[in-house]
This record gives sequence, C-alpha cells and structure tokens, in this order.
Amino acid sequence: MATKRRVLGTALAVGALAVTAGCGGDDGGGSDGGDGGDGAAGGEVEVFTWWADGSEKAGLDALVKVFQEEHPDFEFVNGAVAGGAGSDAKNVLASRLQTNDPPDTFQAHAGAELSDYIADGQVEDLSGMYEEEGWTEAFPESLLDRLTVDGKIYSVPSNIHRANVVWANPAVLEEAGIDPSATYDSLDAWIADLEKLDAAGKIPLSVAMDWTQVHLLETVLLADLGAEAYNGLWDGSTDWSSAEVTDALNDYATLLEFTNEDRQSLDWPDATQLVIDGEAGFNVMGDWAVAAFEEQDKVFGTDFTTFPVPGTDGVFDFLADSFTLPVGAPNPDGTKAWLSTVAGPEGQAAFNAAKGSIPANTEADTADFGEYQQTAIESYANDEIVSSLAHGAAAPISWLTDITAAVGKFGSDGDVASFQEGLVAAAEKNAG
Amino acid sequence: MNRGLRSWAPPFLLVLPSLVVVGVFVYGMIAINVNTSLTDRRGRGPATQYVGFDVYRELFADDTFIYSLQNLLIYTVVFIVGTLLIGFMWAWLLERGVWGEGFFRAVYLFPMAVSFIASGVVWRWLLNNAQGDRASGLNRLFEVVGLDFLQNSWWTHPRFGIAAIALPAIWQLAGYVMALFLAGFRGIPRELHEAARIDGASEWQLYRHVLFPQLRPIALSAIIIVGHMSLKVFDLIMAIAGQTNHTTQVPATQMWIEFTRGDYAKSAAIGTILLLVVAVLIVPYLVSTYRQERNR
Repeated sequence: MATKRRVLGTALAVGALAVTAGCGGDDGGGSDGGDGGDGAAGGEVEVFTWWADGSEKAGLDALVKVFQEEHPDFEFVNGAVAGGAGSDAKNVLASRLQTNDPPDTFQAHAGAELSDYIADGQVEDLSGMYEEEGWTEAFPESLLDRLTVDGKIYSVPSNIHRANVVWANPAVLEEAGIDPSATYDSLDAWIADLEKLDAAGKIPLSVAMDWTQVHLLETVLLADLGAEAYNGLWDGSTDWSSAEVTDALNDYATLLEFTNEDRQSLDWPDATQLVIDGEAGFNVMGDWAVAAFEEQDKVFGTDFTTFPVPGTDGVFDFLADSFTLPVGAPNPDGTKAWLSTVAGPEGQAAFNAAKGSIPANTEADTADFGEYQQTAIESYANDEIVSSLAHGAAAPISWLTDITAAVGKFGSDGDVASFQEGLVAAAEKNAG
Repeated sequence: MNRGLRSWAPPFLLVLPSLVVVGVFVYGMIAINVNTSLTDRRGRGPATQYVGFDVYRELFADDTFIYSLQNLLIYTVVFIVGTLLIGFMWAWLLERGVWGEGFFRAVYLFPMAVSFIASGVVWRWLLNNAQGDRASGLNRLFEVVGLDFLQNSWWTHPRFGIAAIALPAIWQLAGYVMALFLAGFRGIPRELHEAARIDGASEWQLYRHVLFPQLRPIALSAIIIVGHMSLKVFDLIMAIAGQTNHTTQVPATQMWIEFTRGDYAKSAAIGTILLLVVAVLIVPYLVSTYRQERNR
C-alpha cells in the first residue's frame, strides 16, 4: 500500500515536473522516477534546485565535482527545475512534498523563506549535525543567529550574497560632472548627484521589474531607518505606519522618478546592462551582478565601481541559498553527505568562486576570488548583518508577495499614502 | 430485454472510458476545487475546517481583485470587438474578390499557429514603453515615421494598460475569425444573392436582410470562442508583463500568484469565480444551440 502510494506520488510529481518544466526536467526527473519506484537506497542523492543555467549552473557543477570527490559512494541526481526565478521550482516542490515524494534535499533561501516548511513539519532539524560537524564554529555567529528558529537550525547555507550594493559607471559620472570616487553619507546627497545625471540626459538610476523595485525599496528602508529599525520591521518592533517609514517611502518615490520608464519590461540583467553600456549612471542590485560585468571584460575600479547604498555603509544586507533535509527523504545518508560537502570549505570555495558569491564558511580558501568578492568578504566579516527582504531572508514568502503587490501598484499609480497603507495591511496580515 | 441490452451496451461501453475520465478529471476536479475554496487552507499545510464563503468575501473586498476583474472586462471587450471587426473586414474583402486570396488567407491565419507565449516574447519588445531616445519596438516605429504623438506607455498605463495586451491577442485571433466569416459567406447559396438582386435590393439591403442574418450563428460562435479564450488569458500576460505587474493583473494571473505563495483556498476561490464567469458566457450559448437543434 505504502509503495503504491509512493509510486502514485512519484508519477504525479514527475507529471507535474514534465508539465511545468517542459523538456527541462528530462534528465533529472526521468531518472528520479525510476529510482523512486524501486525504493532501494542505491546511493542516489536527488538535489532539487532552480540553478539551471548561467553562473548558478556553473556553481552547481563545481559543487557536484567536489561532492563526487568527497563522497564517491553516492551518485548525484540533478533535480533542477528551470524558469520563473525559482517560482516554477517552488510549485513543483510543493506538489512533491504534498504527495510525500520529497527530493533528498532542496534549495531554499536561508531565513524566513523556510518558515512555511518548518511550520508544516516538512524539513528536519539539523542542529545535531551542526554540532557533530563543527559547523557552529565554521559559520559566523551572526549568520547562525539568522538561521536559528526556536533554537533549531533547519538548513545549511551554501553561499552569501550582499544586496545593498550600488553599481556605477565612472565614465558616465565624469561626463555629468560627478566625482566617481565620491562617497555619500545619505540618500539626499546621492539624490543631488542623480539630478546632475538627469540634467546630463542619462538615466540616473536604472531599475527593472517589480522584484528589483522591492530590492531597491528594501535598501532605501535600510538607509533611512538604520539597521536596528529595519530589523524591527520584521519582528513588529518598528511601526510600518510611522512617520519614519513615510519619509523612507517618499525617498523611494523620489528615486523612482530618476529611473528608466521602461522598467517593467526589463529584468535585472537588462537594468545592469544599462550601466555597463553607459546609458545609466547607477544601478542597485545584489552582488551577483558582478558576474555580468566580468563576463563582458569590465575591470573593477575602472569600468565599474561599487559602493554600499548611501546611508547603509557598515551594514551588510545579506541573503543566502541553503539546503535542507526534507522529512521522509528517500536517502537521508546521501543528503547528509551532500550537506557536508555544501558546508565544507572545499565545496564552499569551489561553488562560490564559480557563482560569484562569497563562502558562508569562514574556513573556505578565498585567496583566488575576484577583486569585488574580496571587498564583500571583508565587509561580511566586519559589518553589521541584516536580512534581505526581496530574497526571502527577512520575511516569509506570503508577506513578500503582499509587499511586491504594493510596490507594483505604487509603480503604476505613484500614490505614497496608499502605498504605505498597503504595506501596513501586509504587515498586519502576515506578522500576526 | 436481451435485445435492448445488446443495442445500447456496446455504445455505452465505448463512451464509458471518456465518461469516467471526464467525470474524474473535469467534474471531480471542479468539485475538489470548490471544496478547497470553502476551507481555511491558506498555507502549505492541510485544511483544518470549513469557513464557508469567507475567502470569497475577502476577495470581493480586495481592491486589487476588483481591479483585475475590471481589467478582464476591458480586455474582453477590446479583444472581442477587435477580432470581430478586423476578422469580418478581411473576410468581406476576400469575399469581394481581392487579388491573391490564397496568399492573404495564409498570412492572416498564420499567427494562430504561434503560441501566445511565443508571440508574447516578441510583443514584449514591440510594446516597450520607453519613449524618445531609448524607444524601441512600436514606439520607435512611430518616431521613425514621424508619428511621435502615437508613442505611449502601452501596457504600463494605469487604467487601460490591459488593452495593449489585447493587441497581440487580436493579431493572433483575427485571422481565425476571418476564416469563420469567410466560410459563412461561402456557405450562403449564390441563388440568394441573385434572388435579392432580382427583387431590386440595394447592396446595403442585400447585406442587411440577406447576408447578415445568415452570418449570425457564425458571429455567435466567434464571440463564444474568442470570448472564452479572452477570459482565460494568462500566458500572454505572463510573457509580456510578467506575473506581478499591477496594470495587467487579471484573475488568472492573480490565481497563479496566490497558488505560488501557497494560499490554496484563495487561488481555488479565484478559479471558481473564473469558471462562473466563463459559464455566464457559455451556458446561454449551449442553451440556444440545444434549442436550435431540437427545432430542426
């Protein structure tokens, strides 16, 4: 009976995979279906991600190489589902978890994004493994704090990204009479320079579709409220209806006026490309953008520069990808082997060198990482760390969805008052 | 008895599989969907109790949902009127004997062979809302030919942005409506034309009293086919504007957002509402077809 249900579950999940991912799920989904039917612990480890191309795929490949060296007994099975910036993968994953057919491990953003899975009892507590493997020493205290829910840790981070980064094109800035090496203490100082760019006929600040606007909003909130009050937005100690938040929203509205009008048509690489091509002066994006510059042979310091979003200097707005042990994973030993590679110094070094992020494990060797990555590693070690909203670290998915809807609405009607009402309503609905 | 069984059993056995499949996968699923919408299943976990129509009340109190219903209405009106007008005009021109009919028929029908997702990718570029120096797509074209005043914000317009999404839909379906009308025109016997002419009918009178009445069933079918496609619009919006864009929000995209975040009760409720909206269009059509067939 149990086997029958599993087979049915697998069939349904593979069906869902095929429908959602089209041909993308062929290699991973197909072989998994066969394995799931047998039910034998043959040493296969199905790793479910949405890393299907670009630097993400390169990072996964590098990680798999280390995994196969460290754990030759286990066989890696790629369960990647492409598309929709992970939303397709999350839907497939949800249906698999519901039919009791979890992969051996799945990718999720570290932090609040996991709270749904934890509440539904779909992921195992990994605190014991953290003690055994000595990860409590290897990962920084501040990161462990962000992963801990009610004294337990449910995921293993593979990398760290920084969200509050401004990418600038020095040539465009000079042309508009702005000192490219200038630093800004506050958003107001920055806005003065955005005006100069506007007068010079350039796009002062490039931005793309809704989630990148949420990303921008998050850094503006962080700049105006400060790290402590920003953190308070997520635990209820900062009032969303306060005058401080209103000021921040007004600043956000001002910044939005300096952006490209076709923002809704672009995704983040297009917005970053405007800076690379010299059409825009600044762009706020996470540090995965460094790969876009480096792929086009742009040199850090001459062709592009970076600095923390004005007003957020000394704060590291963090997000991380992490892996879990789902309840009922077919091959928990395999999962543990995978997690130990993910957390280990070799795995972290290989993965992050390829993906452009920085290791969460402080023991990883980062000597040959790129110049930008070195600055991020330094900031991560010294700065105050806060959790990113747009990337699932600060608030549960449901809350983020409501905030994204409010940001999208504001992008079309520009009404600050109703924007704030929307954010307050989202907080009331989700924080309670 | 035995003869009766023998006469109806084989046909019944033949249709039985499809009856079962339709029963389970269409009506069974609809029932499950409606059932889900009445529960408190607002997260990934299982439902704990029935909450009646709470979710529906919440939806109709939600500005965004009302906005998306209005969007759906605007889209449907523009789409149906657009395809019918253009489709009829093309069919009329071809019927009048425009040169190269075979060629034009293929050209007009061809867009239908392209999926909404694929054409959406192209129209996403054509309908780019950047103006002036950075204009691309249609806005660029307007600038090049000196019609700058036609440049506009397309699907990012706060109220009528959704109508821009109807443009690619019209482009794809107008050819199909043309084919329907052309078949309709060709199906009218030549004798009727001649009889009308002999009776001294003017060109307008010929159309008004002889041809249009004959085309009425065709027009109704076209409205139903185009209309229900319009109510289901999803892929085109996902390809052009993305799922979270506010100005092009319709119930189907909202359903996807709610489903993705795990609010199963709410997405099921939106699905049920969509089904009812489609039923409003389809049921009268089915009733009228049934009556016509019975009268025949």
